[in-house]
Amino acid sequence: MGGLEVELDQAAPIPLSARLGCAPGELAALVGPSGSGKTTILRAIAGLYRPARGRVVVDGTVWLDTAAGISVPTHRRRVGMVFQSYALFPHMSALDNVAAAMGERPRAERLARARELLRLVHLEGLEARKPAELSGGQQQRVAVARALAREPAILLLDEPFSAVDRATRQRLYREIAELRRLLSMPVLLVTHDLEEAMLLADRLTVLHRGRTLQTGTPVEVTTRPVSPEVARLVDLANLFEGRIAGVDRARGTTLLDWRGRLLEVRGAGAAAIGATVPWVVPDGFVILHRRDRPSRGEHENPVPGRIEQVLALGQTARLTLRPDHAPELPIRFSVPLHVARRNGIEPGVAATVSLLAEGIHLMPASGGAGRAPTDEPDQEGAEKAGQDREDRAGTSDRPGP
Amino acid sequence: MDWVALRLSLELAGLTVLLLLPIGVVLGRALAYRVFAGKVLVEALVALPLVLPPTVFGYYLLVAFGAASPLGQLWQTLFGRTLVFSFEGLLLASVIFNLPFAVQPIQRAFETIPSDLRAAAACCGMPPWRAVLRIELPLAWPGIVTALVLSFAHTLGEFGIVLMVGGAIPGETETIAIAIYDRVQAFDDAAAARMALVLLLFSLATITVTFLASRRIGRRLG
Repeated sequence: MGGLEVELDQAAPIPLSARLGCAPGELAALVGPSGSGKTTILRAIAGLYRPARGRVVVDGTVWLDTAAGISVPTHRRRVGMVFQSYALFPHMSALDNVAAAMGERPRAERLARARELLRLVHLEGLEARKPAELSGGQQQRVAVARALAREPAILLLDEPFSAVDRATRQRLYREIAELRRLLSMPVLLVTHDLEEAMLLADRLTVLHRGRTLQTGTPVEVTTRPVSPEVARLVDLANLFEGRIAGVDRARGTTLLDWRGRLLEVRGAGAAAIGATVPWVVPDGFVILHRRDRPSRGEHENPVPGRIEQVLALGQTARLTLRPDHAPELPIRFSVPLHVARRNGIEPGVAATVSLLAEGIHLMPASGGAGRAPTDEPDQEGAEKAGQDREDRAGTSDRPGP
Repeated sequence: MDWVALRLSLELAGLTVLLLLPIGVVLGRALAYRVFAGKVLVEALVALPLVLPPTVFGYYLLVAFGAASPLGQLWQTLFGRTLVFSFEGLLLASVIFNLPFAVQPIQRAFETIPSDLRAAAACCGMPPWRAVLRIELPLAWPGIVTALVLSFAHTLGEFGIVLMVGGAIPGETETIAIAIYDRVQAFDDAAAARMALVLLLFSLATITVTFLASRRIGRRLG
């Protein structure tokens, strides 16, 4: 057995309806916008927050079971926690900070082990420094060493990379990935940064307003979201609605009517013919056709349109295409910058894309489709997705072709 | 120079601070972290000596300590002497009227400790008492020192309440502040000037030394 099992439920003051698990040695990421309850869940696991109803089991030990009246106090839960603010003890040296988490053992033994842990996080030579004399990245490493000092049954990371600059963050990602191979306990990472979660996690759980919406591998969640809500939360901009026009069971394909344009979708699912379903096509499955000569795969769901926007981000160009058949439903996708240049892609030119059949993902018709996340103005993708939804809502009463 | 009065003042101030240290830490910490019914009322009661005229406050203490009061009677039964007009009564009054000077800085000091640090202490496996000793007290220390210095200086200077509760019994309740007043009344300006100067220099020295020490501790912790 082992690992982490969490079930939390309450209506107020912070609504929670969360189910999650994490196997020993696995890194699970809990992803959601600010205010979605990520930190609250982490605090409930550590015993710093007491939910109305819940159960937390770690490595076979019950830490919380509200039904049975069990709630182990935080200091008796074998938990290692890295706080967003790091929460290092300002009056202690780096070494003493780490040794402080080792309880009753003899001081010499604690200091020796603390030195070892600081070496593990590449801080040898800085043992005597106070937290104020360390850089952000170094403080984070002390916090990680301190969290490991208790030999915890679970490691909890609360947005541990949010307070450092980009370059340091990249370095810390590599270090955490390296460190993970040495750890045998479950590791739970809370982050609002989807890329960070994709990079580090084996498993990803999407959280919104205290509800865990989907758990799966990063690829699963970001290409096969269970609902439009999840699609928006994982920044899938190409979220539309279509009508099931036919199912070819022999070929294992479904025909989707997208505002008059027929798209072939890999898989013959359970959706009824005539039903309107939300669908999504991730960025990576939108292929730009070469404008000078035919390119491979261009017979697959071609969608002609006009390029509206070209946004160069490093070596990547982010493009927005207004399809000719439904200009109000822009398709967003990325191509390498040199590809955009070679094809003469600029705002206003005509271009055609293929929506690859294997990438088109149909979702069930119901299931929270009408709710857009509104409490995270900093989430560009969510806003864009919200805009798409409004576009659709404004035109949904038009008669189908 | 009334050395007896000076010694009495220093004893009173020293003992007051000694008694206020545990009271201030327990009460200040509770007010900083705990949520309980009537908390605002407790805070108001603690702050009361700041706003009440010393004579009014002294009057109520006199009534509360008097031979007719339950406290006065209990004291009489236990120790065979009255609580008012005694050094013990004066000490008790001193502890009470110094409560805001001790509790408020200590409460602020505990409040400024980030809640994440206390959570981190628990996550490090520290039981609450150990977290208080190893994390909270060292971090709140500058505030605690300030509280003790303020209480000490305030006790040396308090006049109205001391006169009301203690009278001016030489060697028992006559503090230096009262001795100075007494000398001025007797037109002994030279003695009053000497004592005032001693009190001034002593107070200044105490406060300067403690502020320096507290700043050094603050820097060490920061």
